[in-house]
This record gives sequence, structure tokens and C-alpha cells, in this order.
Amino acid sequence: MGALLPARRFTSNSFCSWLDFAGRSARATCSCIVLDLKFRMKQIANWALNVATMRGASYADARIVSQRSRALSTKNGTVGSASDSESVGMSVRALADGAWGFAASEDLSRAGVEATAARAVEIARASAQVKQQDVQLAAEKAVTAEWTTPHVIDPFSISVEQNIALLLNIDSELRAVAGVTLAESNLNFNREEQWFVSSEGSDIHQTKYSAGAGYTSFAFAGNEIQKRSYPNSYGGQWQNKGYELIEELKLVENARRIAEEAVALHHAEQCPEGTFDLILDSSQLGLQIHESIGHPIELDRVLGMEANFAGTSFLTLDKLRTLRYGSEMVNVVADARQEHGPGLGTFGFDDEGVPAQCTPIITNGLFTGYLSSRETAHTIGEIRSGGTLRAEGWNRLPMIRMTNISLLPGEKPLTLEQLIASTEHGILMQTNRSWSIDDRRYNFQFGCEIGWEIKHGKRVRMVKNPSYSGITTEFWNSLDAICSRDEWTLWGTPNCGKGQPQQVMGTGHGAAPARFRGIRVGSAYKGS
Amino acid sequence: MLTQAQAGDIFERIKKFSTAEEVEVFISGGRFALTRFANNIIHQNVEDENHAVSVRTVFGGRTARASTNKFDDESLRRVVASSEALARVQHPDPDLLPMPDSREAGSRTGDSSVSTRVVPSRHFEQTAALTPQLRADGVKKIVEVAQRHKLTTAGIFSRAESVEGIFNSRGLSRWHTQTLAEISVTMLGADSSGWQKANSTDVTNLDPLALAETAAKKALDSAHPAEVPPGKYTVILEPSAVLDIVGFMFWDYSGMAILDQRSFLTGRIGDQLFGENITIWDDVMHPLQTGSPFDGEGVRRERVPLVENGIVKRVVYARGTAARMKRSEYRNQVGMIEATGHGFLVPNEMGEMPVNIVFAPPHNPQTLPEMVGSTERGVLVTRLWYIREVDPYEKIVTGMTRDGTFLIENGRVRQGVRNFRLNESLIHMLSNVEAMSNPTRSSGEESFDMVVPAMKIRDFNFTEVTKF
Repeated sequence: MGALLPARRFTSNSFCSWLDFAGRSARATCSCIVLDLKFRMKQIANWALNVATMRGASYADARIVSQRSRALSTKNGTVGSASDSESVGMSVRALADGAWGFAASEDLSRAGVEATAARAVEIARASAQVKQQDVQLAAEKAVTAEWTTPHVIDPFSISVEQNIALLLNIDSELRAVAGVTLAESNLNFNREEQWFVSSEGSDIHQTKYSAGAGYTSFAFAGNEIQKRSYPNSYGGQWQNKGYELIEELKLVENARRIAEEAVALHHAEQCPEGTFDLILDSSQLGLQIHESIGHPIELDRVLGMEANFAGTSFLTLDKLRTLRYGSEMVNVVADARQEHGPGLGTFGFDDEGVPAQCTPIITNGLFTGYLSSRETAHTIGEIRSGGTLRAEGWNRLPMIRMTNISLLPGEKPLTLEQLIASTEHGILMQTNRSWSIDDRRYNFQFGCEIGWEIKHGKRVRMVKNPSYSGITTEFWNSLDAICSRDEWTLWGTPNCGKGQPQQVMGTGHGAAPARFRGIRVGSAYKGS
Repeated sequence: MLTQAQAGDIFERIKKFSTAEEVEVFISGGRFALTRFANNIIHQNVEDENHAVSVRTVFGGRTARASTNKFDDESLRRVVASSEALARVQHPDPDLLPMPDSREAGSRTGDSSVSTRVVPSRHFEQTAALTPQLRADGVKKIVEVAQRHKLTTAGIFSRAESVEGIFNSRGLSRWHTQTLAEISVTMLGADSSGWQKANSTDVTNLDPLALAETAAKKALDSAHPAEVPPGKYTVILEPSAVLDIVGFMFWDYSGMAILDQRSFLTGRIGDQLFGENITIWDDVMHPLQTGSPFDGEGVRRERVPLVENGIVKRVVYARGTAARMKRSEYRNQVGMIEATGHGFLVPNEMGEMPVNIVFAPPHNPQTLPEMVGSTERGVLVTRLWYIREVDPYEKIVTGMTRDGTFLIENGRVRQGVRNFRLNESLIHMLSNVEAMSNPTRSSGEESFDMVVPAMKIRDFNFTEVTKF
């Protein structure tokens, strides 16, 4: 943004003093501070919207976002990293000449904001030179709203000393097991406050909290590296919650068992290759949902908008309400509402001001819904967006993202142990180790950290390096049992990448353990 | 764009606000713009400008960092206070080294002839000045190619202008500026696709028309793909496919990975792990490479031989990792140990990694057509996708082919085939390379840019076929 004056970043009356108001607002007793902040945010947004409209935008919205995060980790008895970060900025999305432009800047001075808005319109006009028809937005009622993630304990109110003590306690439990060669643990906290204002009159103030925690023990011996993670791999469990999540996870209580399993894997047999009945634990099933349901239902992928990078989808528009996606037992929803749970895809409003909704994705096995936005809803005959447009931060364009894509639990009471007891011969796989799927989301292969062979309803032996593969619709049609609500967990996937420039965001996936009949097992090691 | 003088001013103010024994400031950011197209129209078009300052403070062996993107005094005071508060509650780290001064950060103990090399200019005004209008003009040319061939196109045309600087209280000061322009093109037919991607610090090196025509030819040539059974094939990987798959092993060329026993090179340095025709360097100064010539502590990046004639020679080191390695039980098993200028920002868990990979040219380079011509039956792969590690020590990775996969028979590209799933050990793969082209700067989506050749590989392991 060459029109901006870099020197403005050094002026003393910049937005940072307002940021301090934002920080204080959470605990303010003086309502005038909150009102002042609200006024200033509205003022910034109005600067942007006025310029965008004056320059000819038929629609514009502005997002002002303040993000704060804390990351703590340990490795083999020492603190691996400790960092705090904050980032504040604003963006303008504008429709002009029937096409989109987007500009974002850290500069929140009036001149900076107005230059950013003018730039967004200029970019839109350039976009319009390569268009076929004007962008049409589904109607959405303007709203004025406040929304905050329900939380009991502000994670930033817990001292760093307490957090590090927890991680070092976990670390010590992991390394107490002979054979563990590397122990890693992490805690992560995020807070994102956003003001969204649109030229249609929406004015939404939203504050989201999220927390994540987990650990991994590695055991290297001979020619093998084995590992076990808790509560999940790749950063553990993540939810839109306060510090209460950390207290619920029973991190220390499970550390010794996880470390012992990592070491025991070295004495386990290789997972057999062949066709087996497969039971997935809820965390692995969460990732299976993410890759083979969550991504293919993104309408932007279906419409070819992601063809160059993330890929397209086998779920072409003719498959809506005609494709038998899974067996009769498969019921999947995209649910961003708080009543679904504190998932990473839970919010009050998406990033174009559409309220959180629940969309039936698969109903008794039939494919019934896509993830949509105001721009794409009309392509599936909908008059309203499904409310899934989200951005990684203030400097990124909102795009269709998974909310909480969840497999509903079985209605009849069924525990994991009862499911195992009803399985004649199969493999139980737990905790993801590797994942891959083609760019239309047909062929997938997953590896897990640990497996158990089941014979005559009992776990008879641990197996190492388990993997399975298949074709999406064949796989979901082979599902014949899902555990009930007591076994259902809303997992967080914090590292979902999509878009150019790539945006990494969190999604939620509720799942209970489930069984799939006749699945290919072991192909990851076939021929090697 | 933030200038070096402005960055220096930020550092001086941070130093004034800090009570720590040592202070380090890392400043990064810039201007980024990307025009994105799909279905033969521009559907997303974005620009942003952002800079961030990351402050590391040290008190008695305790260190931590905090960052902000606001540079007024009040924000800088707050970020210094955050960093200091985090640092003070850490446990002392006996392995934490004092920050390097300019002399230490710029010197090396190895080959003195290479330490005098300077990084080529990586900032080009024409790239920095690439406007939305010029990007739209480039996209229009690509769309015209698609329409002429009755195809649909999707892709990007982007430009970035970035800065990176590091300053510390022992007098070290480093600054790097760079531009980068990038074009990626996918062409889609009814049942086939083709892809090309290129980037350069100088936008005048990019040819959108040539990229579009090549991608279009691949889409047309791979129409009506046949299903060929999985199995072991002679495979010709184009350079983008090579970098995407080999990129998964370079995290392991790290002293810290050896110390942590998470590297597939643990116990294997000095071994003939790959074929004799494989030689790999890390070399930020290479004219086809990009990036800053210093690491997360400001230490000069040195040219490091990672593999010579198939023998794993060395791994890279941050300063702290090198010091730890010299005291470790592995010190006599890992070759030369010295700080090579590949460390991440301190503190971190991963240590370091080579990020400027350059494959040495083969003795008898072959062009792609020559490789195809000498292949009785095989598969030509344009691009790989969603590669993930299956086995960390045998370095088995899985992934898919994408956007232009062809059957070769009797020395000719016969037809497009449905995409394969691979499960292949990188050790096995790099031991079975029968021919290579001259290395070229290449881009993919699964790993970082490298200077790599196309490769002809025997017994490459495809385990499944997908539906398209």
C-alpha cells in the first residue's frame, strides 16, 4: 500500500492507546471506557465504509481485529519456547463494478484507513476486467450484536509459572518411563476481538477465546521411532473455551500410560495387511470426518474456486440430495452454534455478518447440504448463506471454512468396550499419525499411532504402524455401528490450511468411536 | 515499507525501555498482493501491509519473546514488559548462549573461500511495483489461452516485497530486503488437468503465456485417463514433484533432530544412504535461491554439503545446538560440528533446518524428453499432493499424483492415467535414481522452493489408484 505513510506508525496517538482500552475493557467497571472503545471502532469502520462507498463500491464491509496469543512448550525437562504475541489491524472488502477487492493494513490512522478502503475499490475495479457476470450476494438482515465465547476462566489470567509447572509435571511423568527418548508438551491460548461493520448496516462485536493442550512421548530404538500422544496428536485437544479446558483434560493423569504405550510399541507386531473390520477412536474419526466430509462439502471447492491449490470436490452439484454418502446410520451436521458445543468452529456470526447456523450435511446417509456463503448460496438454490465465511486474521480475506462438522452419536446406548465385544475380528486404531487424501477427496490413507487386534470380541494384541485406506463414499457406506453420546467428543483441528495466500484455521469435529466393515488395512507399508 | 533506519530506531527505543541483561529484536513484514482466478475470472484479489517486531530478553539464562505489530512507544513498552515478564519466570537454561556479536555472527571456522561470498540482490523495483492492473493483464493472457483450448483455468499471480532484520544489544545488526513474484496456473478439462508454477525475485523472469500453454497441453494430453493398476513403476518426476517429496527429509538434517533422536539420520551420518549420483548442498548464496543470508540469531548462513555422492556428510546447526552437540555422546559420529547459520528464532524446540536446498548437476544430464525416450514402460508425474510422513526412520511418505499423470510406453508418452497413491521410502527413492536433468529453481505446494532436477527413478511404489 504505497499510499500509506510509514511514518504514521511512529506517531504517539496511534491505535495502540485504544488497544489498551480494549485490553482493559474485559475487566472494566467503568462503562464509559467500553462506550469510548465502541465509538472509536465505529469511527474507524465508518472512515473505511464512507471512502469505499464514495469511490463507487456497491457493497463494503470492514473488520477491525485485535488478536492475542500465548504459546508455551517444554521438551525433555526444559522450556522449549515461551512467547506472547499481539496483532491489530483492519481490512476492507469491497464490491465495485461487480467484482471483489480486498485490502488490509496495520495502519489505523484516519489516512491509513481511508487509503486502505480506496485501495480495496481500486483492486475490485482491476478484478472486474476479468469477469463474466457481477457478484450477487444473498440477502442478509443487518444486525447489531455482541457475542463472546462462553468461558469460566480467562486463560490469560493464569500465571505463566502455573502453566510451566503443569507442563514440567507432565514432562517428568513421561520421562519417568524407561525407553522414552523425547518428551514434548504444549499449552496455547488465543483471544480474538473483532468489530465487523457493513455498508448494509450490520455492526457486530465478537470476542472469541480458544485453548489447546497436549503432549507426545517418542521412543527411538533400533531402526524405529514410535510415538504416543495425548489427548490427540499434533497439539492435543483444542476448543473455544477458557482455561477450564486444561483442567478437564486430565493431562498429568494419563501421561504415564501414554509413555508406556510408546515404549511398548517397539515390542508389538506389525499391523497385518488385508481387509478387516475397523474401529476408529473418536479423535481419528474426527480427522476422517474433516478430510472426507468437511473439505468436499465446501461449496467454493465444488465450484472450482480452489482448483489451483486445495483442489476441487467429487461432490458436484448434481449429487445434492441424490448421493448416498454413507449408511443409514450416518448423520452429519455443520453446526456453528454454541449449543453444539465449544468447537473451534463455534461463533456468534461469521466474518460477513451471517449468524451461526446448523446445516444438515448427511441425513440418514443421504447427502443433503454444502457449506455456503452469501456469494455462493444461489448456486445450490438457497436464498440465504449457511454462514461459514471466516478469515484467519485481520489481513486475510474471509472464505468458506468448516465450522463444526460432526458425526452425530448413535441413538442406542453403546460404549467402545461394547462395540469391541461385538466385533469378531478387527483392528482398533487410535490417534492419528499420518493423513493424506486426493485433491477431489476420494482416495484417502490414514496412519495411526497404535492399533489393537480384536478377536472374538476381545483385544488380543497391540499392533504397531497401523494404517487404513479407501474411497470416501465406500468407506462411509460401510459404517455399521456408532457409539452413543457418552463416548462423543468435540475435537479441535487447529491446523487446517486452505486458500492462497494460505490461511491456517481451526475447525471442530464431533465424533464417537465407530465401526466400518471390510476396510483395507496396512497398505501404507505395502511393498516397502 | 519499513526501512532499515526505521527498524534501527525501533530497536533503540526497545533497548531503552528494557531492563534485561540482553535484548534482541527481530523485525519482519512487508507488502503482499495476490490476484486469484478460477473459472476464467478473477474471484479474489487481495493486498495487505503488515510488520511485526519480536523482542527477546534475557535474565540470567532465562529467555522468552513477545511480539506486536504496533510500533509507538506505548506498544513497544508493553511488548518489552511482556517479554521480560515471560523471561523472568523461566527456569535458567544452562545451554543458553550469550547473544552473538557481529564478529561471531559473521565468521566461520571452515572453508574461508566461501565466507566472502555475498548474497545477490534480491530486490527488484519492477516486482515491487506490480499493480493490480498489471496482474489483471497477466491473468487475462492466461484466460485467453484457456478459452482458446476450451479449458477452464484457475491460479494466482502474486507479488511480495518483504524485509527482515535482526538487532541485538551486543551490536549485531542485519537487514535483508527481497521481492518475489509468483504465477501458478491450473488448466481443467472435462476429465483432466494440467499445472505449472514459477516464481522469481524479478517478475520479468516470469512468462504467464508459456506457463499457461504448458499447463493447457498437459490438460489436453491427459484427457480420458486410463486406469492403470498400482505397482512398482519406473517414474519420471518433474522438478516440482521432486521438491515436494524430498522436502520431507530436510527437517532431519538438523543437529537438534539428531540430539532428539527424531531424525532418520540418527546413526547414519557418514553412511552411503543414497545413490552415488546424489549430491545436495544448502546454499543461500546460489543465484537461483532466495531468502535472507542470516538466521534467527543473525548468524551468517554458510554453504553446507549435506550429501556428497550419496554419503550423508553433515547436518546444519544453530549456535546453541552446535555447542550441545560438541558435549554430546554423538560428537564423534556426526561429522563437522559448527554453527552454520540455520537456526530458528530463539527459544524454540526444533533448533534449525536447511531451507536453501540445491542439488548438484549430474555428470550426464538428460532432458525430460530424453528420459521419456529411454523408458520402456513408466509413469510421468507433473506434480504431487498431500504428502505426509508414514514412517519417520525409514522415511516412508505417502501422497498422490495430481494435474498431469501420464503412462509412458516404448519411449513415448502414451496417454493420461488416473492418479496414483504413493507409499515410498525417500532412502529407497534416492538410491534408485537412473537419470537427472540439470537442476532448476522449482516451486511446489508441499515443500519450499528448491533448485532441483527432474528425476527418473526405478521401482517407485504406487499402492493404489483413485477415481480420476
